[in-house]
Amino acid sequence: MSGFMGHEPDGRPGQPKTVKEWVFTLDHKVIGVWYLIGAIASFVVAGLAASAMRIELGSVGPDITDNGDIYNLWLTMHGAVMVLGFQIPALLGFVANWAVPIMVGGKDMAFPRVNAMSVWLLWSGILLALANLVIPDSWNGMWTGYPPYSLTDGAGNTALYSFIVVVLGMSSVFGAVNLACTVAFMRCKGMGWFQMPLTVWCVFTANVIQLIFVPVLAASVILLSLDKYLGFGFYNPEVGGDVLLYQNLFWFYSHPAVYVILLPFMGIMFEIFAVSARNDVFNYKATVWSVIAFIPVSSDVWVHHAYVAGLPDWLRLLQTFTTLLISLPFGLLMLSLTGTLFRGSIRYTGPMWWAMAAFMMLIIGALTGIPNALSAVDYGISDSYVIMSHFHYVMAVSGSMSIFAGVFFWFPKLSGRMCNEFLTKATAAGFFVGMNIVMGPLYLAGIEGMPRRYMDYQMFADNATIVDAQHWSTIGLYITFVSALLTIVTWLHGAIAGEKATSANPWGSESLEFTATAIIPGQGNFPTPVICPEGWHPYNFIDNPKPQFEPHPGTSGHH
Amino acid sequence: MKFKSLMHKVIGSLALLPLIPSLAHAFQAAPAARADYNGWTPHQHWDEVWHETMLDITILGVVFAIVTFAFMIMYRRKGHGERGKMPKLSAQAKVGWVVIPCMLFLGDDLFLYVKGFDLHNHLRNVPADAAEVKLTGTMWNWNYVDANGIDTDNELVVPVGKPVVLRMQSEDVLHSHYMNRYRLTEDLMPGRVTWEWFMPDQLGESVVTCREYCGTMHSGMYGKIKVVTQDEYDAYVAEQTASVPAGTAVASADKF
Repeated sequence: MSGFMGHEPDGRPGQPKTVKEWVFTLDHKVIGVWYLIGAIASFVVAGLAASAMRIELGSVGPDITDNGDIYNLWLTMHGAVMVLGFQIPALLGFVANWAVPIMVGGKDMAFPRVNAMSVWLLWSGILLALANLVIPDSWNGMWTGYPPYSLTDGAGNTALYSFIVVVLGMSSVFGAVNLACTVAFMRCKGMGWFQMPLTVWCVFTANVIQLIFVPVLAASVILLSLDKYLGFGFYNPEVGGDVLLYQNLFWFYSHPAVYVILLPFMGIMFEIFAVSARNDVFNYKATVWSVIAFIPVSSDVWVHHAYVAGLPDWLRLLQTFTTLLISLPFGLLMLSLTGTLFRGSIRYTGPMWWAMAAFMMLIIGALTGIPNALSAVDYGISDSYVIMSHFHYVMAVSGSMSIFAGVFFWFPKLSGRMCNEFLTKATAAGFFVGMNIVMGPLYLAGIEGMPRRYMDYQMFADNATIVDAQHWSTIGLYITFVSALLTIVTWLHGAIAGEKATSANPWGSESLEFTATAIIPGQGNFPTPVICPEGWHPYNFIDNPKPQFEPHPGTSGHH
Repeated sequence: MKFKSLMHKVIGSLALLPLIPSLAHAFQAAPAARADYNGWTPHQHWDEVWHETMLDITILGVVFAIVTFAFMIMYRRKGHGERGKMPKLSAQAKVGWVVIPCMLFLGDDLFLYVKGFDLHNHLRNVPADAAEVKLTGTMWNWNYVDANGIDTDNELVVPVGKPVVLRMQSEDVLHSHYMNRYRLTEDLMPGRVTWEWFMPDQLGESVVTCREYCGTMHSGMYGKIKVVTQDEYDAYVAEQTASVPAGTAVASADKF
């Protein structure tokens, strides 16, 4: 149990000790930590951009900048880095790489070398994105990159944007193939498909969605560069192209992408809810099928991003209905989450505080999504703070609070130490209250007509609701900022000086990463391959048989 | 046990019952277009649907939150070794807990869909007597040309009580014309003509903003719609057209 991830239960060496070993590692756990470090670094950069914008918007008129290009650069960096650098890598990188292989009882990912390539592609993408802050023609066309604006010189370096998206897309696709194979082929003996933890199911499904849709995104941004630099004109109406083609292609990936984020973070919630309540997940099999149902249903919802974009009316009405249909599988997941608490025995640990807060935010975020699905209602709120507030409640706040819950949950397995419990709970409360003060008032400002992506709102200077909402929102930012900073301090403190974990299973989980490994899982995760006995289930907290191990080759006696 | 499986089917199909009133309501409430939407202007209609939707999601949220809070408090861990006591669901209960909630969600979806369909028809059917205005968006300016050839930037003057339809196109990048009072947004783009119509029902000025990101001065791209009485409007037209040669007016009005 020496140092970070340094435990070798079977005496085999292999945990990284030098920088070279850290960088060239093929161990899925170390790669998972690399993903986590990249994600948290991205969170810090994008969070600072958000803070700068929020302070700028605190009052009417310029506060810290009057330069639209600088503000738009912050805005672009905030959106792109939060989605592509923080949320997807934290969920499909950290959770998928660190947790999933152990949860299914595998000794590593299916293709460790491909895995290492994925993480370094991600880091290349993050570094390229940071380069955008210093190059002279920095990209300011938002993470969406809509043409014709993205084809003009004003938008900056379109090639950089396309390249970053393709690099990150490759990282995602390699990671997705790898994870799907890991779940399909690396499961330990005795673990059937319906004995997998829901986190595994959610990450698996999210990766299937990635595999189907990411190539569409890559194609759409490559066409963008072909248009701008080689004059192809896919999106140029003057030579027979159509600007709406891009929006269709882009959202055909990018709305399913929100479920790529949503499903894994709900998976973390399921894990923490079930473990904290020591209770079976409500209607487990139906929940699994609801997760799978996201694949077909999410493929038919993209037009709600373009209700006001001039698409035919029949398409708007058709996709209003198909968009509303997502409430069926999603509603069942919410029902299962609440149902998991039913007759449970809930212990409010630090991770549970974060997960509970994330769940509250998800309720608000999910319900404020319903009006946005109605095309006719959308004419009044499209591209306003109503939309902005909605997706921040779901993705930004609920998503990051779940991710942080997951980090706190698996923290003892990463570092062998516990985070300070008081600080964990205090930061959860601070983040929850702070983000509600940031995003709640902005919903009301949106109803008054405040548009998104504005650096100033002088046209609404005499609207008290909007001015007050912006003011309070900025106050909420300071609370959130301090909480987020303290959260990172809590991790650092926990990793360096936290109380040593005395149990390999501090939360009382039944899942393999807690019950079948050492405090810090060593090389190969399990001393010898693990076997799930007959009747084992990750959410059976009453009479679950203990996982067994294959006899050590050295002690079997006959060979 | 053939009878038992048949019974399951019967019980299962009973769960579809809530669908029937929802469907009936759907077809009853959403004819192709209604002649008179309770006398509402389009934006009054929008407000009605908005409030109904808000009420709907508030009720759902409050019920859901109360249940969750109750569970959170009632089922705290009391003893060290205490375990959850999730009841074992029977096969019927498992199916029921999927089908019945789904039917309830679908019922609510259809209810809202019908409201939205009706509103959509109202907002997307232009009255025959609507006055046409040509709107061109550029970085970062709104240019209105009305049927009298009056050409203004970032300000549109219209008479009260007469519907107006905007025919819109962009000369450079995407823009989105949002009229705050009339609750309407529609994008402008090169290569396509889009449109939106509104009913100016109250004297005074209201804000117009751009709602699609269009570069450096996106937040500076705003204007206003000024609603005046018919007499004031006639005077305004006379004053404006006097300074414009007649030929130009006709030419620019013919453009669309």
